[in-house]
Amino acid sequence: MSRRLHSVVALFKSPDAIINAAEKTVEAGYQDFDVHTPYPVHGMDHAMKLKGTKLPYVSLVFALIGFIVAVLFQWYTLGNPLGGIGSDLLMLPSWLERYPFVIGGKPLFSLPAFVPVMFELTVLFCALATAASMIMFFCNLPGNSHPLHDTEYMRSVSSDHFGLCIEASDPSFDEASVKTFLEDVGGAAIQSVRQPYKRPPSFLSSIVFFGILLAVIGGVSTKFYLIFNKVLYMAPWTWMETQKKLMPQEASLLDENKKPIFKDGRGMQRPVEGTVARGFMPYQFSKTPDQAGRLLTNPLVVNEANLTRGKEMYQIYCALCHGDFGKGDGKVSNREAAKGLRPPSLHSKKMKGFSDGRIYHVIVEGQNAMPSYAKQIKEQDRWSIILYLRALQRAVDAKESDLK
Amino acid sequence: MSIDYSKPLPLVEGTTDLREIDDAIADPMENPRHKEFYTALGIALFCLGIGIVSVLKLLLDGVGVWGNNNTVAWGFPIVNFVFWIGIGHAGTLISAILFLMRQNWRTGIARFAEAMTIFAVITALLFPLLHTGRPWLAHYLLPYPNERALWVNFRSPLLWDVFAVSTYFTVSFVFWYIGLVPDFATMRDRTTAKLKKTIYTIFSLGWRFSNRHWQHYERAYLILAGLCTPLVLSVHSIVSMDFAVSIVPGWHTTIFPPYFVAGAIFSGFAMVITVLLVVRRIYHLEHIITMLHLERMSKVLMATGLMVGYAYSMEFFIAWYSGVEFEQYVFINRAFGTYAWGYWIMVTCNTLIPQVFWFKKCRNSLVVLFIVSITTNIGMWFERFVIVVSSLHRDYLPSSWGDFIPTIWDFSLLLGSFGFFFTGVILFSRFMPVTSMSEVKAVSDCAQPTHHGGDHE
Repeated sequence: MSRRLHSVVALFKSPDAIINAAEKTVEAGYQDFDVHTPYPVHGMDHAMKLKGTKLPYVSLVFALIGFIVAVLFQWYTLGNPLGGIGSDLLMLPSWLERYPFVIGGKPLFSLPAFVPVMFELTVLFCALATAASMIMFFCNLPGNSHPLHDTEYMRSVSSDHFGLCIEASDPSFDEASVKTFLEDVGGAAIQSVRQPYKRPPSFLSSIVFFGILLAVIGGVSTKFYLIFNKVLYMAPWTWMETQKKLMPQEASLLDENKKPIFKDGRGMQRPVEGTVARGFMPYQFSKTPDQAGRLLTNPLVVNEANLTRGKEMYQIYCALCHGDFGKGDGKVSNREAAKGLRPPSLHSKKMKGFSDGRIYHVIVEGQNAMPSYAKQIKEQDRWSIILYLRALQRAVDAKESDLK
Repeated sequence: MSIDYSKPLPLVEGTTDLREIDDAIADPMENPRHKEFYTALGIALFCLGIGIVSVLKLLLDGVGVWGNNNTVAWGFPIVNFVFWIGIGHAGTLISAILFLMRQNWRTGIARFAEAMTIFAVITALLFPLLHTGRPWLAHYLLPYPNERALWVNFRSPLLWDVFAVSTYFTVSFVFWYIGLVPDFATMRDRTTAKLKKTIYTIFSLGWRFSNRHWQHYERAYLILAGLCTPLVLSVHSIVSMDFAVSIVPGWHTTIFPPYFVAGAIFSGFAMVITVLLVVRRIYHLEHIITMLHLERMSKVLMATGLMVGYAYSMEFFIAWYSGVEFEQYVFINRAFGTYAWGYWIMVTCNTLIPQVFWFKKCRNSLVVLFIVSITTNIGMWFERFVIVVSSLHRDYLPSSWGDFIPTIWDFSLLLGSFGFFFTGVILFSRFMPVTSMSEVKAVSDCAQPTHHGGDHE
């Protein structure tokens, strides 16, 4: 079975000879021909009448793309492009969240500081695109099935000879006349190169091929899974999370004999008997108001800070019932439902007669309809309220001498 | 000896036969010198083993095994990082900048220098990763959408470094590989062993030496060289900004970017000379890597040595001229303080010793070349040591002063990095053409047509 003719090739010894041959080939009107040289020979493009390469345009376009990507990327992530609009309003997923933080006193879009990355990405995009497009687009490689591969011709031109190859696809191709032509221009080792005979792949080799294909696909997807689902979502640093410790509502840790460290097997334990929490000293005058009135004294001094604090606390907790000025006319007392409750005025004779400690007792334990305020108001604040109350009492019922 | 300077000196000595050039370059791959190869590889692997042990120790115990402390937080890892990045720069300079300047003599040494770039940058990258203390979280350095809703800080020089070094590595690698493609194709057609042939076939991408391809190839190579040139200048400038953008006295200087680039080329050339002298000897490439190459490299070495010497003196001048007390103190401390020995080793090795290359005899003596290239490497390592340690250990507040004492693990990792680098270089020289066949052939005598395709005169 004779295989289809691909081309006729000839070898030349010197660069001058091949330049000469290339020029003659163009003159003879052949179009589908090629010159193979072990290294780029100067002047060959001109001799072959080749048009200039368009590769630099690709480089330029990709350099610009790299630059624009870098500008937009830095602008989006750090430059706060959306202004005050929150990402929750735009319903952006968390991974599209921007990070507009002022760092080093620079503006959010700090152009000079963004220049290095712009430069690097420009170079990176341009270089990769140049190399990839040169090989894949302009040279149509990789490909190992070309008929010239593995011929004596290729072995010569890859080392020390210069080859001319006129292809059968040329409109004016005729095997005999091409051979004569090549002889005329001084070519040696003139040969016809035929298309390689393609054997149908054997069953075994197909199995091997698909096996390798499956393995590669499996490997790549496993790798992707690991990278994108495990590595990228790895928690930052988990030693504190995974170290031995007790969390609320958990069972007790076990000791080396596999017995719980705490006898009841619970992780949470009651405080030791008699423990007093900070700021929760038990009230020692419970149910003994008179004693409290006699023994407790206000530890706070009269100053602006204490009075301001007292005013604030009074208005939060007391004024609702007792009224802003302590006259018993708070908001609660005006309501229909609270008709039965008449919070007493704090300016009554009885109230004025109460010592600081006695009032303190009322705040802590409550009186009549008033509940205890011990849970809401801290000890310090109770005393500051009393300070403020005294000031109120005096202000409402001011004497002539107070104005001096 | 009289030389006719009106004609260019031959770049390849003794032969104009193209196949002989192939034979000479392919010889190390086809007839491996087992004794030399395994001895060299054994030594390199031993050092690499020490490096692996020190990395394991580091990962298990944390960065506390190093001598770094609160005052000198950067220590050896950053010294080594800058040192190795600098080594890489010579490769790009030779392959890209000299290419753009049409310095044809570069062809003999370019491939090897580029390979050294690749391995040096990988070696360099190990150090900042290890220095973070948690190298397994290195992907946090990259800006990818993540569940933490964080983006990297593009305003930080350290982040610029991530982009600069990774771009540099990628582009250098592409440049190197594009240069290798025709040589892989030549090797594919030379070899008969089946496995070798398959491997070379795959990596040669089916290159056919077609002139219709060479046309695009040459342009792509030119563009890549044009891209590498500003890139290589930017990389060490950005590395220097890691220092210069801070306000530490001794670092906060505008001379840093050019000073670092000159230093990088200086140290890189020294390393290239050191390794080439050995390779040339073992693989008998004397007529491809000729005395002409070595002499020109020694001239570059001296020129860049003078540049760093200028930078050293200018730093002192500016410290005095600025009138800043802290700046002045740091420089006086550098020359006469705790680490004065490091400073004087640096000055001696980098500015004084290379002056021997004013003499032609020294430029042409392999022994002198080898010794000077070694002392330059030592001097340049100490330059980075001086910059990092002597600036940090005495900054503004005396209460935060402290000394840096390297531990055994600091030194073992440094040794390990040399092991890593040389393992790569040795394997490269065994399995890939150490010199570019197609480029050397293109510059050999009678390789290019005379004008108008006429006969030789």
